[in-house]
Amino acid sequence: MTADTPHNPAGITITGVTHRYGTVTALDDVTLDLPAGTTIGLVGPDGVGKSTLLGLIAGVRRLQAGTLNVLGSDMGDRRAREAFLPRVAFMPQGLGRNLYPTLSVWENIDFFARLFGLDAQARDARIQRLLDATGLAPFPDRAAGHLSGGMKQKVSLCCALVHDPDLLILDEPTTGVDPLSRQQFWTLVDQLRKERPSMTVIVSTAYMDEAERFSWLVAMDGGRVLISDRTHSVLERTHTTSLEDAYISLLPDNKRQQASGFVIPPYTDPGGPPAIEAEHLTRRFGSFTAVSDVSFTISRGEIFGFLGSNGCGKSTTMKMLTGLLDVTSGTAKLFGEQITAGDMKTRMRIGYMSQAFSLYEELTVRQNLMLQARLYRMPAGRAAQAVEQSLDSFELRPYADVSPASLPLGIRQRLQLAAACINNPEILILDEPTSGVDPAARDMFWRHLIRLSREGHVTIFVSTHFMNEAARCDRISLMHRGHVLAVGTPAELVKKRGAPNLEAAFIAYLEDAEAATDAQTPPPKPATPTRAWWHGVSSTLATRLGRVGGSWLPRAWAFARREAVELLRDRLRLTCALLGPLILLVVAASSISFDVEGVGFTVSDHDRTTISRQLIDSFRGSAYFHERAPVADADTLDCAIRNGRVQLALDIPAGFARDMEAGRRPEVGVIIDGAVPFLAANVRAYVTGVLGEYASTLGQELPRGPATPITIEPRFSYNQEFRSIYAMTPGVIMLALILIPTMLTALGVVREKEVGSIVNLYASPASVGQYLMGKQAPYVALATISYFMLVAVAVIIMGVPLKGSLLALTVGGVLFVLSATGLGLLISTFVSSQVAAIFGTSIICLIPAVNFSGLLYPASTLTGISRIVGLGFPASWYQLISLGCFTKGLGISSFWPMYLALAAFGAVYMLAARLLLKKQEA
Amino acid sequence: MMRWLVNVGLLCSKELRSLMHDRVLLGLIVFAFSAGVLLVANGVKVEVSNATIAFIDEDHSALSRRMRDAVLPPYFKPPVLVDRAQALHGMDEGDYIFVVDIPPNFESDVMAGRMPAIQLRVDATAMTQAGLGTAYLNEIMLAEVTDMLHAPALVDQIPFTAPSRIRFNPNSESKWFTSVMQIVTNITILSIVLVGAAVIREREHGTLEHLLVMPVTASEIAVAKIVTNGLVIFVGAIISLWLVVHVWLGVPLAGSITLFAACSLLYLFSATALGIMLATVAPTMPQFGLLVVPVYAVAYLLSGAATPVESMPPAMQVVVRFLPTTQFVNLSQAILYRDAGLGAIIQPLLTVTVTGIVFLVFALARFRSMLARQE
Repeated sequence: MTADTPHNPAGITITGVTHRYGTVTALDDVTLDLPAGTTIGLVGPDGVGKSTLLGLIAGVRRLQAGTLNVLGSDMGDRRAREAFLPRVAFMPQGLGRNLYPTLSVWENIDFFARLFGLDAQARDARIQRLLDATGLAPFPDRAAGHLSGGMKQKVSLCCALVHDPDLLILDEPTTGVDPLSRQQFWTLVDQLRKERPSMTVIVSTAYMDEAERFSWLVAMDGGRVLISDRTHSVLERTHTTSLEDAYISLLPDNKRQQASGFVIPPYTDPGGPPAIEAEHLTRRFGSFTAVSDVSFTISRGEIFGFLGSNGCGKSTTMKMLTGLLDVTSGTAKLFGEQITAGDMKTRMRIGYMSQAFSLYEELTVRQNLMLQARLYRMPAGRAAQAVEQSLDSFELRPYADVSPASLPLGIRQRLQLAAACINNPEILILDEPTSGVDPAARDMFWRHLIRLSREGHVTIFVSTHFMNEAARCDRISLMHRGHVLAVGTPAELVKKRGAPNLEAAFIAYLEDAEAATDAQTPPPKPATPTRAWWHGVSSTLATRLGRVGGSWLPRAWAFARREAVELLRDRLRLTCALLGPLILLVVAASSISFDVEGVGFTVSDHDRTTISRQLIDSFRGSAYFHERAPVADADTLDCAIRNGRVQLALDIPAGFARDMEAGRRPEVGVIIDGAVPFLAANVRAYVTGVLGEYASTLGQELPRGPATPITIEPRFSYNQEFRSIYAMTPGVIMLALILIPTMLTALGVVREKEVGSIVNLYASPASVGQYLMGKQAPYVALATISYFMLVAVAVIIMGVPLKGSLLALTVGGVLFVLSATGLGLLISTFVSSQVAAIFGTSIICLIPAVNFSGLLYPASTLTGISRIVGLGFPASWYQLISLGCFTKGLGISSFWPMYLALAAFGAVYMLAARLLLKKQEA
Repeated sequence: MMRWLVNVGLLCSKELRSLMHDRVLLGLIVFAFSAGVLLVANGVKVEVSNATIAFIDEDHSALSRRMRDAVLPPYFKPPVLVDRAQALHGMDEGDYIFVVDIPPNFESDVMAGRMPAIQLRVDATAMTQAGLGTAYLNEIMLAEVTDMLHAPALVDQIPFTAPSRIRFNPNSESKWFTSVMQIVTNITILSIVLVGAAVIREREHGTLEHLLVMPVTASEIAVAKIVTNGLVIFVGAIISLWLVVHVWLGVPLAGSITLFAACSLLYLFSATALGIMLATVAPTMPQFGLLVVPVYAVAYLLSGAATPVESMPPAMQVVVRFLPTTQFVNLSQAILYRDAGLGAIIQPLLTVTVTGIVFLVFALARFRSMLARQE
């Protein structure tokens, strides 16, 4: 395929690699030979297989066919790959996708450093150096989630570089980053490479101008390699001066057509009120001002560009204009009318496209467009027409019946634009519509915008990072940290700054703004990160672990530490995890009772004698029964039972007293509501008791009183007062400790899969076992605290005595919590969505814990399948420990079988999770 | 109004597609309504059944043997003969709930009319078995003794008869009760989890925001979620009630299925609205997961499906009057077992409806502020 490929044995050799996702072929028999110790640019439009190729090289994707040798390691061989992983760094696509938003800059990098086994000193020195180099030194404590996109990418780069990799793989690192940050980013990479010339860097990018920085170039299209050569040779071979042109010349003829340039007809104002007016628009989130005093006017049919770094307030401004966010102060008008949240008329006139993909991945492309059209109130017929038209004009027909989830970013963005345009809106608000979209697709995209603006007089308000796109706008506005720096036509702005081009003008504006803020605030000193109280403890612990477990434990510890910090930052989760069980305990233990009292009863007394009244009185005198209004006849009596007004009805026949005295043994009708069998059985037993007592009082007046030949002395063990709270509390503790700790871990893995940070596991040398252990540990600790709180509340506040050994109970508690969190992780690796994880955990835990573990019905009475289910679930074993310790005063020696069972459950769950979770993506 | 309905319809069909997409989730729903119900119905006995019992027989007489033989299934498991140490140990381990201790010379004391005492040890932590079981054992042993003495049975000595008639479930079959209650529990958990998680999922994926820019109102989105998820759960519940409970388990359903179906629709509305409300409180899925656990667990324990409402403390009995789950359990029992008329279920029905409206109003009020919250 390529001519003068240098022969470098330690480079990257790809032979016949094919990769498929279902029926879609991402890589089609790719054969490549790449040199080591150089920078390699990978260019091509979206969906040509760039990311797949990088994923394979990084070892995060499983090799399906062909051979792949990276720096001398065979990636098809598991051992070789694992040995190689510490030498590679992989930065996935998407802004800060592999970062943890609640962790600070320092903590994020620190996590990666620990993962790759750097010791404390090396870590601190290395992180500090990286922060200094990237200019992040003033913000070690800032949460990654609050950083701008450019800063996120810098942090990501730090994370990738922290372990001094031999191979650095960057998948579209500058997509969605403003020009200044982009410039800084590449300077940084160059610097770092200078420090370590042996490092090989592979970068995929959609910016052709960036690709010129790399000494080697690989161009791809349709899962195949178009060219792979030294960059200057590529230009020579294609007889072009820029890579943009070179790439286009390499494309097949039919594709080349689309990528030709285009002209923008001049803008003419069609008159009428301005489409969008913003005056002194301000929005605050708490103490943070996202948008400050922003004013601009956009005329009808104008293309108005919004430029600025990520997090500068562009999205917030746009959201205020769509009515999604309320304004803190200032006014925003569309077509001369103030925006109100519930105004459907204005919404009909706006098309909006958000920064992140926001269509349904469960629907196909066609279904998504159809839903959109119908929600914009098109009748079904017209909607279908519009969808077909849109499929053609946005070139989405080949993907009409697939889910957007399987499509590359660029095509997804195209789909979003198609969706936003489907109802021919008068205003289009597009929030970074072309982020991550390849040049050809971007041009196509813009051709649509220009057509919409010039022919349809659609007002377009678009934010972008691309300077060539900004240059196409009629007017642009530069935004920085919530303020508008300048507004004007691109030409005006360039002239005003005396800059050679728009990019330079923009950078000049940004640098001025930075200087101004720097002048106001003292120059940021490289701050030392604040260490939380747990830092010291964790460091010593980590060192100890390292001494004991080599590199195995420190890696698990890195995961555990990160998970713990995230947990500690999440106040709501922490509160729920600790308070939830207590609420459950207090409510359940104090209200669940088996002491049936105050059962409603009614009497239909046809006798009305002293004797019959005495009979009724004996029921009235019992605490078990509570009398309701008497009824006259059998029908109303039946009705009272049927309607649930009473659970017991007595029917005393006429002549009851007379018949009894005559020894004719009259029959008293006793009717019991059997809807709740437990209640019915109790009521029946009470009735027998009351009637027996009544009969014995009769004995004094009547000749035949009953006499018992024996006495039976019941002795209630463990709970002499027979109080439900004593019997229920140990069980409710069991219930709380299975329901909540399981839920704590149940979302762990599946969420990381949905969010994307699981890639850190794939790319790191850590094993699945370390990952799972690390994920489990903090929750075990939290659940153990929860256990102690439960026991304390039970004993101190609810007054339930703990008769046995606290130690025995605690050993059981910890083992139980281990198995519960293990079960949660197992569920998490098994299910495919977070919803399923929550529901699955609920059902899987609640049914056996309530029914088959001895909470309400002793486990010893279970038979058949229920016994197996009960024994096969840790809760039934812990219930024995909990009951034994609380009520029976038992100690450790009684519980060995239970401890063993609980430990086995924990081990089996973790082992199963370990087997289910794969170390590579498909 | 027409527009509102069309939009709800469109969003419903979208919602249904989303739901059908998650195979594991569908499998779990089917499991809950089939095997889950069967497991509980066949496995759980709400009254004394298979209670474990041991005898310490120091008499070794014909009478003591007779007494042992009289303890029969299904109330009790066959008794085990043990010595005192084994008995105590067995009770500690939870192996025996009852231990009958027959003293030496018991039979001869009975014959001599000396009224000997039998000690009955009861594990009082087994609340469901202990109280009733003691009463049953009392009856059994007295009957054996009187029979041996050829004395008239105790009941025959009372100068009147009082045959008790248990209505609606004459043989006190547990599964009649537990099967239906498990369906109710499934409905509760599913409604809260499915709908709430669907809202959070849409927010996390940004699709909710996207919808709110379109001419779509929050109420349309919420109602579409309630209707779709509610209907799926409704269909599952009714099929389960008919096929699993009625046909498979052979539980007779006394009342009107139509009335029950109508009431469950109202309850579904209430529970799903609660789900949406919780989703507007918890910003992320892990938080939501932890928030719902105490909610459904408490709702279940206080519902009357686990233990009767009648035995709760009086103050709690007042509180549960305002809990939709408890009231739904209440009216399910009324309709399905007792064939109660509409008049008897007005109050619970009102509670269910009003709470649903309150939940929904609260949720809708928070819908926009939830989006505005900075992540």
